[in-house]
Amino acid sequence: MNAPRLAVRDLSAVSLRDGNRPILRGVSLSVDIGEVHGIVGESGAGKSTLAKAILGIIPSQVKLTGGSIEFEGRDLLTLSPRALRAVLGRDIALVPQDPSTALNPSRRIDAQLTDGLRRKRGLSVRQARRRARALLEEVQIRDPERVLTSYPHQLSGGMRQRVLIAAAFGLEPKLVIADEPTTALDVTVQKQILRLIRSLQERHGTSVLFVSHDLGVVAKICDRLTVLYMGRVMEQGSTADVLTAPRHAYTKALLAANPRYDRPDTGLEPTSPELIAALRAEIAAFDAGVAEPRRG
Amino acid sequence: MKHWPPASSTDRGPKPPSAAVRLLRDPKVVGAGGFIALLIVLAIGAPLLAPKDPLAQSLALATVPPAGFPEAEPGYLFGTDGLGRDVLSRLIFGTRVSLTVAFVAAGLACLIGSLLGLLAGFLRGAVEALISRLVDIWMAFPPVLLSILLVAVLGTGLHSVIAAIVVIDWTRFCRVVRTETMAQAQMDYVVAARAIGFSRPAILFREILPNVAPVLIVLLTLEMGIAVVVEAILSFVGLSVSSDTPTWGGMIAEGRQIVHEAWWVLAAPLTALFATVVAFNQLGDGLARSLDPVLRR
Repeated sequence: MNAPRLAVRDLSAVSLRDGNRPILRGVSLSVDIGEVHGIVGESGAGKSTLAKAILGIIPSQVKLTGGSIEFEGRDLLTLSPRALRAVLGRDIALVPQDPSTALNPSRRIDAQLTDGLRRKRGLSVRQARRRARALLEEVQIRDPERVLTSYPHQLSGGMRQRVLIAAAFGLEPKLVIADEPTTALDVTVQKQILRLIRSLQERHGTSVLFVSHDLGVVAKICDRLTVLYMGRVMEQGSTADVLTAPRHAYTKALLAANPRYDRPDTGLEPTSPELIAALRAEIAAFDAGVAEPRRG
Repeated sequence: MKHWPPASSTDRGPKPPSAAVRLLRDPKVVGAGGFIALLIVLAIGAPLLAPKDPLAQSLALATVPPAGFPEAEPGYLFGTDGLGRDVLSRLIFGTRVSLTVAFVAAGLACLIGSLLGLLAGFLRGAVEALISRLVDIWMAFPPVLLSILLVAVLGTGLHSVIAAIVVIDWTRFCRVVRTETMAQAQMDYVVAARAIGFSRPAILFREILPNVAPVLIVLLTLEMGIAVVVEAILSFVGLSVSSDTPTWGGMIAEGRQIVHEAWWVLAAPLTALFATVVAFNQLGDGLARSLDPVLRR
């Protein structure tokens, strides 16, 4: 098998603001070439921190305490800021969570789309403009000229997310980090956006790290899954295996909590206290195991 | 490739008009902007447009009242002052100093203040601490006394007046721009720009600055009004340009002494000053509403 495109090894992070509370606890995962890898978990599981760590944009109150993030064999964490900036936007791109705030409100779409193409792909103004037009067509926008000359607030949420997807995939990166790209959209638009990401990803052979809390969404788009809880990997495997035959009790609970139209009576009862206690114990044991060698 | 119906691009009706069209439709912008444009024309064309030599004295024609009053003289629309000089011509020549100070002093204060504000708000840390303390110390000085002191040290003249305004008023820009930059730097679009690997100067000037600009334009026009007033105050106390150059502040000072015999010598420059400051403020207000893309829905 080929070397994975992205390999996260033993990544740990703490929150400085919160008395060094661990946010990531020795997370390891790998994303292969052309694979869509989902990261699922409830709020606060560390999904976004993981995505931000790869992009070098973790907030100042979070500190990485160990591990490595290898992209094509190079550890991103040891790169100089300049070298990292060269990789970002060229080899790795982001599809952000909230399309209403991720576009600059006072710049036209064409300026925002062509910036990356010119600076990261070395296109001329005219080439970039032509490419931006083609990109908007590729993400199924009917009148690209009109969108290009619009400001973000003149577009709908789904339209803005298409623009952001065009911006990310247009740079022809090897890896796209999609941080909850459908969370802020309504269900019908969600479906279109997922199909769009999948088709672009297949056509360009892009690897995608897909962060989501929505099991229905990851079931549609991901090849493999990593389930996170309190910054710890609970389960990893192919999407079909994890969703149909979960091995870890937490994954089972997570699946049971998913609302089902066919069984409206289920899914409303809280996660059992025994399970939470067991998970806490597991986490505590891991923390102790990490702390142990340091003492010795 | 699979096929699904293409999405329509705009779902909010017809596209709003462009920024230029919107500006021209705003009565505030058109009115105030028109008035300031008129002042600029008067300042540049003063030698051609002024009916008389603003310095020519004629004691025989001293304190002639404005046209329409008894004893008015033809050719002296706004009357004459205590030395028989034409008030209208002096008013027209006075726009030169007022507008020079408004544009140059406010422009420089804006440039210096907002640059420091952008750096403080974006770089944070030691740079921010240093700039913020500097602003705090600066603001502890009483501004009018500081400007009088500065002009006294630098010597009178247009350059000193401009320097005094810049040195005092850069803090206005710095404070506001710093807070605004800090707020913008937290926004998702800045995070997205960092995630795409843009350099910090590119993010600061291409992404953040356009969003700070509406506030900056309002501040700049307000500051122009303030600069006109400050210049008038310094002229009034005799610390601005030499007395052979007509200025509104100087005219106010002269008019105050003879206000009981010739009120128009005081009223004319006061009205001009008042109208100019109001025009700058209204222009700023109108521009702010039209240029801010978020308010523009």
